[in-house]
Amino acid sequence: MKPTDISAPDYFHKVVDCQWACPAHTPVPEYIRLIAEGRYSDAYMINWKSNVFPGILGRTCDRPCEPACRRGRVEDNPVAICRLKRVAADFKDDISQRLPRPAAKNGKRIALVGGGPASLAVARDLAPLGYHCTVFDGDPKAGGMMRSQIPKFRLPDSVIDEETGYILGLGVEFKGGQRIDSLKQLLAENYDAIFVGSGAPRGRELDIPGRTFKHVAGKLIGVTFQKVKAEYDAKGRRNLVPSGEPDETVPCDDVLVAVGQENAFPWIEADCGIEFDKWHMPKVDPKTFVSTNPKVFFGGDAAFGPKNIIWAVAHGHDAALSIHKMISGEDINERPLPEVHVSSQKMGIHEWSYDNDISADKRFKVPHRDKVIALKDIRAEVELGYDVKLALGEAQRCLNCDVQTVFSAPLCIECDACVDICPMDCITFTENGEEDDLRQRLKAPSPHHDQALYVSGDLKTGRVMVKDEDVCLHCGLCAERCPTGAWDMQKYLIDMVHAGSTCQSKARSAA
Amino acid sequence: MTYIAKPKFHHPGLRKNELGYTHRDYEGKISTLCAGCGHDSITASIIEACYELSIEPHRVAKISGIGCSSKTPDYFLGNSHGFNSVHGRMPSVLTGANLANRDLIYLGVSGDGDSASIGFGQFAHSIRRGVNMTYIVENNGVYGLTKGQFSATADRGSKSKKGVTNTDNAIDLVAIALQLGATFVARSFSGDKTQLVPLIAAAIRHKGASFIDVISPCIAFNNHAGSTKSFDYVREHNDAVNRLDVLVGREPISVDYAPGTVQVVEQHDGTRLALRKLDADYDPHDRLGAQTFLQKHAAKGQIVTGLLYVDPEAEDLHTHLDTVETPLNALDEKALCPGSAVLDKINASLR
Repeated sequence: MKPTDISAPDYFHKVVDCQWACPAHTPVPEYIRLIAEGRYSDAYMINWKSNVFPGILGRTCDRPCEPACRRGRVEDNPVAICRLKRVAADFKDDISQRLPRPAAKNGKRIALVGGGPASLAVARDLAPLGYHCTVFDGDPKAGGMMRSQIPKFRLPDSVIDEETGYILGLGVEFKGGQRIDSLKQLLAENYDAIFVGSGAPRGRELDIPGRTFKHVAGKLIGVTFQKVKAEYDAKGRRNLVPSGEPDETVPCDDVLVAVGQENAFPWIEADCGIEFDKWHMPKVDPKTFVSTNPKVFFGGDAAFGPKNIIWAVAHGHDAALSIHKMISGEDINERPLPEVHVSSQKMGIHEWSYDNDISADKRFKVPHRDKVIALKDIRAEVELGYDVKLALGEAQRCLNCDVQTVFSAPLCIECDACVDICPMDCITFTENGEEDDLRQRLKAPSPHHDQALYVSGDLKTGRVMVKDEDVCLHCGLCAERCPTGAWDMQKYLIDMVHAGSTCQSKARSAA
Repeated sequence: MTYIAKPKFHHPGLRKNELGYTHRDYEGKISTLCAGCGHDSITASIIEACYELSIEPHRVAKISGIGCSSKTPDYFLGNSHGFNSVHGRMPSVLTGANLANRDLIYLGVSGDGDSASIGFGQFAHSIRRGVNMTYIVENNGVYGLTKGQFSATADRGSKSKKGVTNTDNAIDLVAIALQLGATFVARSFSGDKTQLVPLIAAAIRHKGASFIDVISPCIAFNNHAGSTKSFDYVREHNDAVNRLDVLVGREPISVDYAPGTVQVVEQHDGTRLALRKLDADYDPHDRLGAQTFLQKHAAKGQIVTGLLYVDPEAEDLHTHLDTVETPLNALDEKALCPGSAVLDKINASLR
């Protein structure tokens, strides 16, 4: 294998599994460390910059970060990343002074259709740059489906009010109760750009021919289902066909239909320059979120069908960047690379600026409200969130995967100290070879081929150092036991590019 | 040294040996030696060898003297018996323990100061008596704990870190062990675990006095240009005479070497040592030849490593003394005090 290029921004980013899995690439270990230090406001602001709704997401995110979490491969359960985010929101001080000031207007006007997370994320990024953002929503208050569809016992209104309020407070104009019925009309109002974040508002129809409701004397007694199986056509599309098995009747008194949402754009006229595909979805560029009308952008569920809040936020950031570039006269297809900072965490001979002593604790449970009370009041939040002590315990379970093991081949004397100390048998010194062959010759099995091998250049004996990133605890013992400093623990921070980031095209730097 | 404990987590895919242990189960406390110390690699090799042999940790007694090397038994086999004895007195304590309980596996861990200076006589007598043990010298050629003075194994002409040339002749512990009748003699290098681990495993399975001299660079005081015990020097001058595979049990030898290049040595307990010859002329059963070979190569500045001598039919001290099979510490009062009739008989035989 070729020596690993650790200066490529993606290499270390992938090692931080949670951050890589997060659509908004929130720097998870960084904010968890701040929580452990009791710096809740700092932790909140990192989240606020990256995912815009820490308090809301800390209760409702579908948390793609957690199945990715390295801790889940080391022991049974990942770190409760999502609920720690809520801790930052719950225990922060007044952060209003840290928010951007409403900027002097630059004379450009943006219309945002729908008041949900996608539109609000766009407004959050553009308003501080001086854009006049107007958000239209049929509901009287901002929040979209976060407000209208998520039960209050999971997400209280106060949290939505607070976090949508931070955005509207940036000088964003919110026109509640004003449903946009015609894109054509909106286009006629000469906005500099229009962002469609209208979601997937239509409840999906349940149109299943094989379904029969059984009634006796006018009263529902059950549902009979026909058994089906999935068949895939030449294009890989899924069709459900009768499997031939006997029908199955499920007795019941009532039927709830919960088969999801779908998109609906009856308000977009055919002559608006917006092309639709055969599934009646607008043609949207997955990178820039522009539609076939260069002034109209889509994001959130409106762009690619129902997803969830964190995806809507990620779309919002990217769309905002496109809008900013388009209005600035730049090519929206040129996406600036994120800026990367890598810095040594060494403080002394055996001292690091992070807590490298690995906690053996199992995942802490989030306390719930007493069931008697919770069942009585449908609006009473069921999860109470971690208290400070539980939050500290859970935060300590984080392995600090962003503190990277960085290896310098010229300094290595091949003394084996790192191999001997590594608790996870991650490190092997061996003859180089092709990846599949190398994976066979590692000190411990390598079952996850999606996890990178970190391969050094040639060492003095002609061998190479190979580190399987898979289950590294980032405990830094390799670096502590290294006599020459060939191993160092370096914190990797990646700054995702948002609209208005300074030095947008500056070359990134890495170790 | 490191302040945090080594995390208990281990790789989820670690292999287990016949006892259901992973190699992590053979570890001890975290090392307090300097970062990069060769001794830590020897520790790791002992752990690996005991794991590979599926040794029950409570059947091992690890005994040491004083020095950096003699601290290491704290870092492996945390569930074994241990005795950190007086400087240079490991061989006597080990001999005594072995006489009292012949059933344990004895690991004597010592250094070049502990064995070639203050304990030189102790070393000699334990070898000469054929105590059933594995005697490992972690040989770095300097007194590390007192900041790097030459030890008795430092080569004449080698330079200290401060640039002083050693004018004394070196003691070659391997040569002495051969002369004193050790029945398993090997030399290896802490930086070459593929060689060292099977040597330790074979030595543990050998019945008799096994001696292994392991060159172990001292990162702090003896890893500079001019040293003959540095990583670079040993790697450049290492002359391995053979490579070893240890085969426990009856499985056929399926080592795919060219015919005639592998020599199989069967030890007393059935352990087979598959020796892959690297030097066609070297015969590990020729004690005298080994001594000559060593001295010739030492004169050329080469460090001969590998299994240098083995007597598969070796006997140990208990055989020489004709002691009972039952360990002495397990003999009950009835066995130890057979009664006045027996005493009378003995007395009568002496009249």
